[in-house]
Amino acid sequence: MAAYLIRRFLLMLLTLFGISIVIFALLRIVPGNIADILFSSAGMINPADKAQIEKDLGLDQPIVVQYAQWIGGLVRGDLGYSYISEKPTLDEIAPRLPISAKLAGMALAFAVLFGIPLGVISAVRQNTPLDYVLRVVSLSGLSLPSFWLGLLILMVCVRYFGWIPIYTEPPKTWWNELLLFAIPAAAVGFRSSALMMRLTRSSMLEVLRQDYIRTARAKGASYAKVNFVHALRNAVLPIVTIVGIEAAFLVGGLIVTETVFNIPGVARFLVEAIRSRDYPIVQNLVMFIAVCVVSINFLIDMAYLALDPRIAYEK
Amino acid sequence: MAAIETIEAGPRRESRLATFRFYARRYPLGAAGAAIAAIFVLMAIFAPWITQVDPTATNPRISLAFPSSEHPLGADFLGRDMWSRIVYGARISLAVGLGSTGLGALFGVTIGLTSGYFGGWYDLIVQRVMDMMQSLPLLVMALVMTAALGPSLENTIIAISIPLIPTVARVIRSNTLMLREMPFIEAARAVGMNELSIALRHVLPNTLAPLIVLATAQLGSTILVEAALSFLGLGVPEPHPSWGRMLSESAAEYVRVAPWLVIFPGAAISLAVFGTNLLGDALRDILDPRQRD
Repeated sequence: MAAYLIRRFLLMLLTLFGISIVIFALLRIVPGNIADILFSSAGMINPADKAQIEKDLGLDQPIVVQYAQWIGGLVRGDLGYSYISEKPTLDEIAPRLPISAKLAGMALAFAVLFGIPLGVISAVRQNTPLDYVLRVVSLSGLSLPSFWLGLLILMVCVRYFGWIPIYTEPPKTWWNELLLFAIPAAAVGFRSSALMMRLTRSSMLEVLRQDYIRTARAKGASYAKVNFVHALRNAVLPIVTIVGIEAAFLVGGLIVTETVFNIPGVARFLVEAIRSRDYPIVQNLVMFIAVCVVSINFLIDMAYLALDPRIAYEK
Repeated sequence: MAAIETIEAGPRRESRLATFRFYARRYPLGAAGAAIAAIFVLMAIFAPWITQVDPTATNPRISLAFPSSEHPLGADFLGRDMWSRIVYGARISLAVGLGSTGLGALFGVTIGLTSGYFGGWYDLIVQRVMDMMQSLPLLVMALVMTAALGPSLENTIIAISIPLIPTVARVIRSNTLMLREMPFIEAARAVGMNELSIALRHVLPNTLAPLIVLATAQLGSTILVEAALSFLGLGVPEPHPSWGRMLSESAAEYVRVAPWLVIFPGAAISLAVFGTNLLGDALRDILDPRQRD
């Protein structure tokens, strides 16, 4: 068990190391660096000035040295400076982080609250009209781009309430904040809830067929208790996996939704940084996302062990 | 099941039609999906015949025109006809969807087949690389790729295909691992076939069913990622009419003044993806009985 944990942890570090190389390499195959861009927009070409800027930014060093400097900085907690604002990268990212985290948390909560119960209902009422409606709804959840859903919600708000729920200033009370985040969170979470619903349904259908469910019904356990306690407890394992995969998809949803609702979170910041080729921001943010996804998957593996005593890792 | 097999056994033309009818009746949602997908494909192919106006032609006189008989879906800020743009946009979505899924499948199959068939160190290393690629969300990976490659239609296709590779490789690998131990492979080896021909002629065709299922399922998500990339201004560039970019051009402020500019492109994306998802679900049920619910 301990050996498994250690092995799993080392693999995680190896994966992250690989990702860091990929990100770094990808961002350096771009023709033209920031110095070129600064100069082409300024319209003046003085080779000495350009060389000075490249030297200041460390772009004149060999690529391996640049990489080592980046990783060394990461370990020490020094993420370098933004090319654009010239502030420390950490100071740019840190204040934006809680905003995105809140949004992601609310979206995930939305997904679980709607996805799982509706999935159970859909499975229990398999092949009834209700099941068909729920299946079509969940499939449409996987088909609607979340930015379009966001725009549609904006449109309805403007038309019928004369109010645009986009972020203009930091909310003052927690109630305002909840209200402001609820709509984008629903736009992001709709997709995840659809996926959870589908998975809960198929997982439940498998469990509902088993003998112990028939036994539970035969001994007179209530309808709700059989479905939501006896069955769901065993059906929940694959759903936990999907929460991990969805965490990764949520990032994609956040990127577009923060853009639509003008929310100053990290996801929108990533797009801005990519547009302005602000390498330190891009590479650190993408690395941060990778760390999040990999650690969430690690935690889910651990949750597996806790949730299902049948699973034992002896290797 | 027996009924399906007897129908499939018939080699004649009318029996193929009968098979189609059989499945269409059994999977009405899948048939609806196939119909929706077919409509978009036909739209893409016959675009010049079903539109009157060039999708890139601007006309300031009809800037932000409301839908009318002349311009059934209205016109955008530059006075470009929305119907033309949506119809030609189907070409872009289809090109990106099929292109990136095809490219991703090509590399994914090659990697998955070799990795599953040959095993050993090669397999171990390849699996680690696939792990790394899967640790980045699809959209983030595609964003970084487009940032690296620069915006163009071809680069968008490449950028979206890369994150698909590990998904395909995983499925093909696990299938290959299973097939490798089957008696018919042993028989092929016993009659003296070389490993490469066994891999190509006996293993590969048997991974086709899961591949079709997976590719159809991924087709929808590639269309969505293209839309998202273009919406963010990092996907397919002008002058190609991309559904995603139409939404970014017309986003927040047009919500008030020209809602049709927001509704139609989004509806086109959603419907196309919905169709391929329905079709994908039905194909999974038909071709992959183990996953049937």
